[in-house]
Amino acid sequence: MNASRRDFLKAGLAASAALVPLPAFAQGAGPRVVVVGGGFAGATCARALHHADPRIAVTLVEANPTFTACPFSNAVIAGLRELPAQQFTYERVAADGITITRGTATAVDPQARAVTLADGARLTYDRLVLAPGIDIRWGALPGYDQSAAAQMPHAWQAGEQTLLLRRQLEAMDDGGLVVISAPANPFRCPPGPYERASLIAHYLKTKKPKSKLLVLDAKDAFSKQRLFQAAWAELYPGLLEWVPLSKGGNVTSVDAATRTFVTDFARHTAAVANVIPPQKAGRIADAAGVADRTGWCPIDPVTFESKLQPRIHVIGDAAIAGAMPKSAFAANSQAKTCAAAVAQLLAGATPAAPKLINTCYSLVAPDYGISVAGVYQPTNGQLADVPGAAGVSPSEAPRATRAAEAVLAEAWFRTLTAEVFA
Amino acid sequence: MRNAAAAVIGCIAIAAAAAASAEPPAGAASCSGCHPTSPRVTSPVPRLAGLDRAAIVRAMQDFRSGQRAGTVMDRIAKGFTDEEITAIATWFAAQK
Repeated sequence: MNASRRDFLKAGLAASAALVPLPAFAQGAGPRVVVVGGGFAGATCARALHHADPRIAVTLVEANPTFTACPFSNAVIAGLRELPAQQFTYERVAADGITITRGTATAVDPQARAVTLADGARLTYDRLVLAPGIDIRWGALPGYDQSAAAQMPHAWQAGEQTLLLRRQLEAMDDGGLVVISAPANPFRCPPGPYERASLIAHYLKTKKPKSKLLVLDAKDAFSKQRLFQAAWAELYPGLLEWVPLSKGGNVTSVDAATRTFVTDFARHTAAVANVIPPQKAGRIADAAGVADRTGWCPIDPVTFESKLQPRIHVIGDAAIAGAMPKSAFAANSQAKTCAAAVAQLLAGATPAAPKLINTCYSLVAPDYGISVAGVYQPTNGQLADVPGAAGVSPSEAPRATRAAEAVLAEAWFRTLTAEVFA
Repeated sequence: MRNAAAAVIGCIAIAAAAAASAEPPAGAASCSGCHPTSPRVTSPVPRLAGLDRAAIVRAMQDFRSGQRAGTVMDRIAKGFTDEEITAIATWFAAQK
């Protein structure tokens, strides 16, 4: 046997060693992966797992028959779009060969590798992917509980809350005061409160021009800030006022009965009140023991495996993804990365370091879009920005550029939702 | 006998290589968030599957250098090395 032949055999043996099948493969049945949560992260991951290796038995656990997307839901609030344009079913996901289980995961036993659903059903797994999105941290803002949300909607989980806020705006008299409170970091969709303020300002300017909009912020800085503020000065002067933390913007309590926001310095009673409250990972994260004291889930940046529980991966808004924002695009990017890693781990292989991307558009007006993009890679155990790659739209640009970005924003939504649900 | 064993191992090696090439290279999986996979999606953003490899490489390099104006690609391209760009282009060129 010559040297090259020997090397070839060695390479072959190494390759076959890397593919040593799991017991589940050996028994003829594929390994089982349960994905909890059918949003941008979970539905993407379920499909990508099936695509990566059709032998994997993928079960997607989701409570709702219909998914309601948050991106572009601010346009629904402002009357520019209808809610059904935000809604998607799981028919195509199921048609891929994924088992869709309608239910709510209530407990995870990491030792027995089993998920328990609210109806008592038990699903065992070889690997579990949690994509539970966010939960509202009820009570973190004094006065803001579930009943308060019926008076002062958060509209931060799209659906009935989105429509409630829209109806309140539509019912408001011209000349009313609209107040939005924005939370401290981290929270779902960092530019979201400011896109919402922009589109509500657009609604007021066109329909109720004597009205005012106040944004009370627990921060002094926010995503795409210079672009938003320049656009506000141009489009909504005198209508939209942003009050940062250092100017008394931090809301310390609310009173739902009177729609009042209390800050250290003032009380603001609104005609329409939108509280964007503090958040945490969806509650199954806590039950599974994958959330830390922050309420979010630390993960390995290569595999998205929890740093707290083995064989449980966390993706999307619930994860602590370093420099990656909690956005739908980031969730989709993470889901595909995680699915590839899980398929490789199940086959006994070692996933390579990934690169991930985020692209996120915001509308300042229906024909005025701005964007942020970033590229991320594992660095010192975290997902960090690739230096020089992150950035927002140019600060000086003709309106044609902003209009083009508004068109691209809609295309972004169509493409992303088609990949996840169509 | 030895030949048969070698053939079996060879097949495994080929299968492993095929499996490895089916994995998108670093960064490539994210592209389909904006570049449609399905030809049924209407978008001004082009599909990448089946595009010419050299054309993808040139576009990425021109976005990265600023020679070609982009909306977000001028920023995203700066996050990738020549080797990564080549791997991504090769992978998309091989897609149908």
